[in-house]
Amino acid sequence: MPLSPVETHLSESADREYVWTLNFGPQHPATHTTLRLVLTLDGEKVLKAVPYIGYLHSGFEKLAEHLDFNQYVTIADRMNYLSPLANEIAWHHSVEKLLGIELTPRCRYLRTILAELMRLHDHLLNLGTTALDLGGFTAFLYFFQQREHIYDIVELASGQRFHTSYTRVGGVLFDVNTDWVNRVRKFIREFPPVYEEVDRLLTKNRIFVDRTQGIGYLSREDAINLSATGPVARASGVERDLRRDDPYLAYNDLDFDVICSRGGDCYARYLVRMQEMLESLKILEQAIENIPSGPVNIDVASDMVLPPKPAVYRSIEGLIQHFEMVMPNRSHHVPREQVYAATESPNGELGFYIVGNDESRAWRARTRPPSFIHFAMFPHMIRDHQLSDVVAVLGSLNIIAAELDR
Amino acid sequence: MVSLAELQAQFGSGIAERTFRDNRFIDVPAEQLLNVLSALKTQFSFNMLIDITAVDWLDYEGATDRFSVVYLLLNVDSGERITVRAAVNLPDPALPSVCSLWMGADWMEREVYDMFGISFTDHPDLRRILMPEEFSAFPLRKDYPLKGRGERHNFPVITRSEG
Repeated sequence: MPLSPVETHLSESADREYVWTLNFGPQHPATHTTLRLVLTLDGEKVLKAVPYIGYLHSGFEKLAEHLDFNQYVTIADRMNYLSPLANEIAWHHSVEKLLGIELTPRCRYLRTILAELMRLHDHLLNLGTTALDLGGFTAFLYFFQQREHIYDIVELASGQRFHTSYTRVGGVLFDVNTDWVNRVRKFIREFPPVYEEVDRLLTKNRIFVDRTQGIGYLSREDAINLSATGPVARASGVERDLRRDDPYLAYNDLDFDVICSRGGDCYARYLVRMQEMLESLKILEQAIENIPSGPVNIDVASDMVLPPKPAVYRSIEGLIQHFEMVMPNRSHHVPREQVYAATESPNGELGFYIVGNDESRAWRARTRPPSFIHFAMFPHMIRDHQLSDVVAVLGSLNIIAAELDR
Repeated sequence: MVSLAELQAQFGSGIAERTFRDNRFIDVPAEQLLNVLSALKTQFSFNMLIDITAVDWLDYEGATDRFSVVYLLLNVDSGERITVRAAVNLPDPALPSVCSLWMGADWMEREVYDMFGISFTDHPDLRRILMPEEFSAFPLRKDYPLKGRGERHNFPVITRSEG
């Protein structure tokens, strides 16, 4: 059923001959990923911006229908590659809700710590590159140094720096050890001085403030109407954080504040992210000192997790159980139901809508991608701004093309 | 809390409710969808549309309709969530657009159109969003294969001298 596309560019009539079109992206250093914008400009003023997306579309949701719940985690962590573990946790959070699995206390704390490390990781890159795009190179380097330490912590836990594929249905791949706990403690100790330094570099920096204050304003009503979540919504005064309002993992036991601002502009979004990093550190401090002991995975007798390797190699029961667990039609007992569960990812509400169908794969696994929904707001936010504000607004929304296009 | 009885009193007994874990689902006939959603927004203050998606039920055991379109709603102030589902069928799957209620529906409906071929009447700009404009199939339908040779091999190749 072909549909005629509506007019997307302002027509160049005789009285508007000064209007010109600029193609921004898909390969442009300030977009950081593969996005394309067609901007209609009057001099340097943006009259209209039309995003064209899909350059990185790789059919993740189609693949979800053909991979089992544990295999799809390798795809899920490639969505928002700034915080891969946050995606894995969100994916298995939804799967576990569908299957009705209650995690062990140790696993809940471990996942909470990893989720908060990922929030720091994501905000560090986002704030660093926002500063970079606006001309502040130093903050970017300082923050990237800290991201390396988080990579090291993640590598120590999972064996992988980037696409960790660390979570499993009902637990995680390996348990962590004391060395790992000490590494996280060291990071918590060493991070605040660097944070303060960057805070002094940027927060009251005249150039940075001039480039971000009053730019890309989003009112509270518009934020709600346009489905904004996460730091973008909180910077516009929407007091909502799933960690507090819909507690999952161990967030109920931990003390932290939800950071909000009434500013609604790029500077407010910068401030919210900066403050959220301090709250994440607070959560990390509490969680790392209170990790419960005990098993990290749920009981093998539940028929939801793979048995430990010694049992597989040395007993026939273990071998049979392992074999059944890797057969898609014999492993998990999946209800024929639909479920939506969401987590507060660094970028906003990241949820999965999963339809179960007897076997251990999803009939349909829809991702609710915050980047996609935030990028849809971009044309509203950039109208009547200067061309140079495009990168400031793009940076403050934290658009990740892999999650945008999936 | 929105109750089923209130909705049924307003829109008739064609509305059904179902609960699984902590998710509440309201099944609505397609012709009443826009009225129900607009009542949910104005009377019950579900002011945020979290997501719109669709499910293809081809060959799903016990399914009666081909597609469901799913609207996930949230009341930002109370935190209450509700999921509204409406069924649509071939040959001409179409639903009214909800862009007039929530501006955020724009791209979500475009994605559902792009992936499933379900069109939304009165949408301001219903074009493909992730797939290229020339693409003719709807990739997330169950009768579209995961692997195979097809559209991608027919894309026009533009050489440097032509470009």
